[in-house]
Amino acid sequence: MSDRQTERKNTETTRLSSLFFAFVRIGAFTFGGGYAMLPMLERECVEKTGWVTRDELLDYFAIGQCTPGVIAVNTATFVGKKMRGFWGALCCTAGVVLPSFIIICVLTALLANFAELTPVKYALHGIRVAVGVLILNTVIKLVKEKINEPLGYVLAAAAFLLVALPSTLGWSFRVSPVFVVIGAALIGIVRGLIKRRGGADK
Amino acid sequence: MRIYLILIYEFFKIGLFAAGGGLATLPFLSALADKYPWLTSEMISQMVALSESTPGPLGINMATYSGYMAGYNTFGSPLLGVTTAFTATASLVAPSFIVIMIVARMLDRYKNSTLVNDAFSGLRPAVAGLIAAAAWSVIGTTLFNFTAASFGEFFCLPEILLFALMFVLTNLKHLKKLHPLVFIVFAAAAGIAIGYTVGW
Repeated sequence: MSDRQTERKNTETTRLSSLFFAFVRIGAFTFGGGYAMLPMLERECVEKTGWVTRDELLDYFAIGQCTPGVIAVNTATFVGKKMRGFWGALCCTAGVVLPSFIIICVLTALLANFAELTPVKYALHGIRVAVGVLILNTVIKLVKEKINEPLGYVLAAAAFLLVALPSTLGWSFRVSPVFVVIGAALIGIVRGLIKRRGGADK
Repeated sequence: MRIYLILIYEFFKIGLFAAGGGLATLPFLSALADKYPWLTSEMISQMVALSESTPGPLGINMATYSGYMAGYNTFGSPLLGVTTAFTATASLVAPSFIVIMIVARMLDRYKNSTLVNDAFSGLRPAVAGLIAAAAWSVIGTTLFNFTAASFGEFFCLPEILLFALMFVLTNLKHLKKLHPLVFIVFAAAAGIAIGYTVGW
């Protein structure tokens, strides 16, 4: 059996319910949305199941940054589509949305001042610290594993500084991540062209 | 019945035009509050507080809340509030779902193209940098007080200590493999304990 066939077989045997419940867990334990869900995504879709590679996850985030809508939904749709086509995408998206939907409906109906409760405030204070630690661990892993050439370090550092510096220093000027993504893609393309031309000359 | 059509139209539009994550939908929701009687600016501030203190993507939380309010304030029934919440949330999600299905198909078709692979080779390190910036924005605002009047107030000591403890715990050989949600639950408990004893 060729690699392609094996891959296809693996994809088809992933149950829709496993996809759905993985994304229910991700939706139920992500605080802050967007990038804060990356540690959960990594665990559920890369380390535990091997549904997608770290590279693919980064690609999905890059695309999610430039396409409309909530990044969590975009990523869920991508993973589901890759594993089981349309129904997979639907299950993952429904899964990531469901916990929010239930929690917000219940709290709005019964406990509208939830956010003002003292224990909730204290718990969130702790959760914010944990979210910071978990994303930091993911960043360390990504840098160690995925960046292995000088240009990679330069691009990563430039993207970090362009976005983090203005907001930290309180400048009114901001760089949209969309431009960072487009710029980095162009640099990648130009580098590829130069490399191939260099190769052809030899 | 009209309220359902309004919600489908308005939230599909928000889903289509608000790029860059949950908070990007906020200005659109404020505009809804100006336009319709079922959403007010007081509700918007309550909505943001509630959405930030509950799990899940911010954009989804806020759409569910405004959808619920639309039904509840129009019909006066919590049950019909759930149906309008569903309408708003599904309409917000639909455009991203459709766009990503198309992009995923294109990506599949061009995944062997050198141009696409070159572009992604530049993108991946940059996205790692963007994620680092997101990490910094959480860590910086949690551990340091940038508007502090004196040097001593600049450091938020309980936060820094909990951060250091959790960083060590999450990297210990035996605990490393634990699911991230274990650490979230631990931190919530620690947050409550610290809040009631030393105070944040």
